[in-house]
Amino acid sequence: MYTTDLGDKKQAAAAPVIDDPARLDAFEARVAADDFIEPKDWMPEAYRKTLVRQISQHAHSEIVGMLPEGNWITRAPSLRRKAILLAKVQDEGGHGLYLYAAAETLGTSRDEMIEALHSGRAKYSTIFNYPTLTWADIGAIGWLVDGAAIMNQVPLQRTSYGPYARAMVRVCKEESFHQRQGYEIMMALTSGSPEQKRMAQDALDRWWWPSLMMFGPPDDNSPNTAQSIRWRIKRETNDELRQKFVDVTVPQAEAIGLRIPDADLRWNEERQAHDFGAIDWEEFYAVVRGEGPLAKERMNARVKAWDDGAWVREAALAHARKHAMAMAAE
Amino acid sequence: MDKSWPLWEVFVRAKNGLAHKHVGSVHAADGKMAIEAARDTYTRRMEGISLWVVPSASITASDPGDADELFAPAADKVYRHPTFYSIPAHIKNI
Repeated sequence: MYTTDLGDKKQAAAAPVIDDPARLDAFEARVAADDFIEPKDWMPEAYRKTLVRQISQHAHSEIVGMLPEGNWITRAPSLRRKAILLAKVQDEGGHGLYLYAAAETLGTSRDEMIEALHSGRAKYSTIFNYPTLTWADIGAIGWLVDGAAIMNQVPLQRTSYGPYARAMVRVCKEESFHQRQGYEIMMALTSGSPEQKRMAQDALDRWWWPSLMMFGPPDDNSPNTAQSIRWRIKRETNDELRQKFVDVTVPQAEAIGLRIPDADLRWNEERQAHDFGAIDWEEFYAVVRGEGPLAKERMNARVKAWDDGAWVREAALAHARKHAMAMAAE
Repeated sequence: MDKSWPLWEVFVRAKNGLAHKHVGSVHAADGKMAIEAARDTYTRRMEGISLWVVPSASITASDPGDADELFAPAADKVYRHPTFYSIPAHIKNI
């Protein structure tokens, strides 16, 4: 997932670049006609910047997202669950790499993106700053977090930037297993002992609201949405996607006897959709600011992995250069 | 000296009989490592039976701004297409 556009105020304040109006018109006409934009095509600077920010945030989220689930690999309750979780976490790493590669086609480098993440300038999805306390959290993440991700990513397969759209096609193909394995974990727990049922309900109680926040701020407080929709970077608004997610998830919870932790949740016959309670946006913005329960721990783990791997990267490069020289000398 | 690993473009042959097709890119110190990274990144679900990796810096690409000059002549030469020629309906097998 995880494409909430957590806009950077400093970037927005930078002096606007004035694009050539004729080229801008031609670009807007192409995008409006649902043509794809490819890396070497001319594009407005603001389009490039928005994409670099959105795609790199998305990539960072995939990579940081490996941490909460990785936490349970060694403690998975069976070999089957362990193999599945390993494959899922490996997929998330792969998704991060597809996305970094797509962002690099816009002229940013992998090192710049990683530096931006580690220094705290770049954001990632707020959801990964919550802890995975029990095995049921692995079920809840697959079902809800990956479910929300799919809701968000399916329309992005038709996003206007070609490399991003192609990465999303690959991601969506792989994501469906993630959600199903999570729901299967919840099914197993809800058909188990009373303690297991309680564990499943507790995980849903803790992950429900953060999952709804994954779609980002409400439309009336999401200033970049209109431009992103006009440029076909986004195809649906945060609130539209959030509503869809609630509507498909409620019956899935009911089917396994779980209760959505929202007293205001009810079916609205007139709208043919669920009404649901108010989201605590203060919590959301606090987590965006890096005040999430595990924000520091997540970043420390990323930076440590990067720093501890430095000697491996250098040694591999030295080895490759030595070999290339030896080959050239022959 | 640049400490980042170079970029490689990855091509996958889905099965014999099909051409290798571009799927994305990876960073790696050398070709062997690029093949291993490409396998882990792009073929986790039987997407292919053969991989090519090419240093991205070695690719020369056409400029989309030149597309008109480069490709327009193809549109004028309609006589290159079989439908340009009208053959009476009673003539068969042509």
